[in-house]
Amino acid sequence: MFDLVKHSILFSFFIFLSSFVNADDRKFNLGKIATKTEIAGWNIDVRPDGMGAPKGSGDAIKGEEVYAEQCAACHGDFGEGVDRWPELVGGEGSLDTHDPVKTTGSYWPYASTMYDYIYRAMPFGVAQSLTHDETYQIVAYLLYMNEIIEEDFVLSEKNIGKIKMPNQKGFLLPDPRPDIANTDGKPCMENCKVPTKIIGKARDIDVTPEEEKS
Amino acid sequence: MKKDKKQSLKLNRRELLVGSASLGAMAAASNSVFAKQVSSKNLPPNVPEWTGELGDGVDVNPYGMPSQFEENVIRRNVEWLTASSQSSVNFTPIQDLEGIVTPNGLCFERHHGGVSIINPKDYRLMINGLVDREMIFTLEDLKRFPQTNKFYFLECAANGGMEWKGSQLNGCQYTFGMVHNVQYTGVKLSDLIQETGLKPKAKWVLAEGSDSSGMTRSIPIEKLLDDCMIAWAMNGEALRSEQGYPARLVVPGWEGNMWVKWLRRLEFGDMPYMTREETSKYTDLLPEGNARMFTWVMDAKSVVTSPSPEKPILNKGVHQLRGLAWSGRGKISRVDVSLDGGKNWKTAKLHDPVLSKSVARFTFPFEWNGEELLIQSRAIDETNYVQPTIQELQKIRGVNSIYHNNSIATWLVNSDGKVDNVRLG
Ligand code: HEC
Repeated sequence: MFDLVKHSILFSFFIFLSSFVNADDRKFNLGKIATKTEIAGWNIDVRPDGMGAPKGSGDAIKGEEVYAEQCAACHGDFGEGVDRWPELVGGEGSLDTHDPVKTTGSYWPYASTMYDYIYRAMPFGVAQSLTHDETYQIVAYLLYMNEIIEEDFVLSEKNIGKIKMPNQKGFLLPDPRPDIANTDGKPCMENCKVPTKIIGKARDIDVTPEEEKS
Repeated sequence: MKKDKKQSLKLNRRELLVGSASLGAMAAASNSVFAKQVSSKNLPPNVPEWTGELGDGVDVNPYGMPSQFEENVIRRNVEWLTASSQSSVNFTPIQDLEGIVTPNGLCFERHHGGVSIINPKDYRLMINGLVDREMIFTLEDLKRFPQTNKFYFLECAANGGMEWKGSQLNGCQYTFGMVHNVQYTGVKLSDLIQETGLKPKAKWVLAEGSDSSGMTRSIPIEKLLDDCMIAWAMNGEALRSEQGYPARLVVPGWEGNMWVKWLRRLEFGDMPYMTREETSKYTDLLPEGNARMFTWVMDAKSVVTSPSPEKPILNKGVHQLRGLAWSGRGKISRVDVSLDGGKNWKTAKLHDPVLSKSVARFTFPFEWNGEELLIQSRAIDETNYVQPTIQELQKIRGVNSIYHNNSIATWLVNSDGKVDNVRLG
């Protein structure tokens, strides 16, 4: 018995020592080691490959109910957007037109982003209040409304990284800038050939907020 | 949508006019006008009224505020742009500022879930993922690391985003005001990361805010370790709440959205996280329907702050044109000014200090005798990048990319000295 106590004292001393040794290759010895529990509470991001997706599942049938309750007031029953709140559904085929409509269906390249964003930031003003199952259900509902999955498709941590989004290939990398002609630092200084006709005035559009005092 | 708003703005104006017909409103209006009028009894040879009495003692304003006569130098927003003020933006009154420092209370705001109010005692920064040690730091911990003090501009990638198709907003503040420039105090990530160590596979970091939007952006690790910092002070005092108190990320030269405020976590990983803010937003739609992604750097840009729509010319004779120029690629090396819509250019005077990834101040003296002017400015940075015309940008990017409009703007000075935001073509 005595031995055991001695042993465990020795053992904890060893642990203490080893954490000390660990701390030694830290240059400033500031901050503390984060526990797994602490990290789990804050590490909520979900990556395109599904990394970080929490255990849970849901389909569009259940999602419709949750969505109607938690989201429809702003985003509309069908994701069409109420007033100036963002629309979440539709817009396919519009990206190369004069009036592109960018939604989760027409524009978002990854379903993981829908999960990540809705869980972290929605409902607007009640962030991080949804359960994981509710979040999967809502994402399934939006994917269904965008005609990306069937209504009985069960979305979960196992397949969220595998959903093919219509616009996944719609993004260009890397950044091609500078993409303009003049990068030699020597622009025209005199008698430059430029258009100098006035073709529009902000005053005529008349959307500038007015000063109440003036 | 825009049309609706236009009508409602007009309505407001009409209401205002009707309202001012009532005597009370008239008195109120004339009062504030009166305050700005010259009162000859204060002019030489008379003794001004403030000389004959004692002023306030110390401590009447323990935290000093601008003179009451500067009440118009404020941030302003465009209400019809967004659905809620918690997910919205306002603009820095750059037309009223001098030098290169933006006063803290005038730095534009952009929030996605309102301003979080955080007791610094409750502040924690978590670092997790591909590091040797996953760690948590308090604010006091952060302040014990080696310190760095740097001036940087912060510009929203959507600054000028309203002007892609044509001139829409008749104001220097509304078209260029999503920029500010302050001195940051904080710790460089390259120092902080020595505590946690980095796994060789770490290529990206996810920066996450603790506000109600849980703002997140992916940043390549080369940039993070090059010049990024976590700041707790701006212009010598603690960050303002609306700028991320008690600590925010500083990503010099790159779009403002990445400068995560109320920073709570940095996660190191081996690929980008593709957050909503770097997919749905902050991607630049091209005419073909595809979009550029990860367009982080803010290209060189300049603006004439006076004369400008808010700063008409009041007298004939000599004037000092004033403006700001900045580049996310380094230092501004030169600014040119044109008074004839870009046909002829003269080089403006750049004022000290000219710092990398900071705004620089330029001035240019000119004479005005009542003729129409088409004022433009053109920035050149140390990489020899020349600020483009809107036509150059439109030719490559179309008109729907919202972000990264760094083109040359034109102010028309009318013969009465009033100034208009116009588009040349
Ligand atoms: C009170 C109104 C409101 C409610 C309720 C609400 N949202 Fe939102 N939603 C917003 C606002 C405002 C934004 C834009 C936030 C910003 O500017 O970053 C937004 C953005 C979004 C976006 C991103 C849109 C885009 O194109 O980038 C998605 C997806 C979304 N909401 C889903 C949901 C879901 C799902 C729910 C229900 C769980 C929900 N929202 C509830 C107001 C609301």
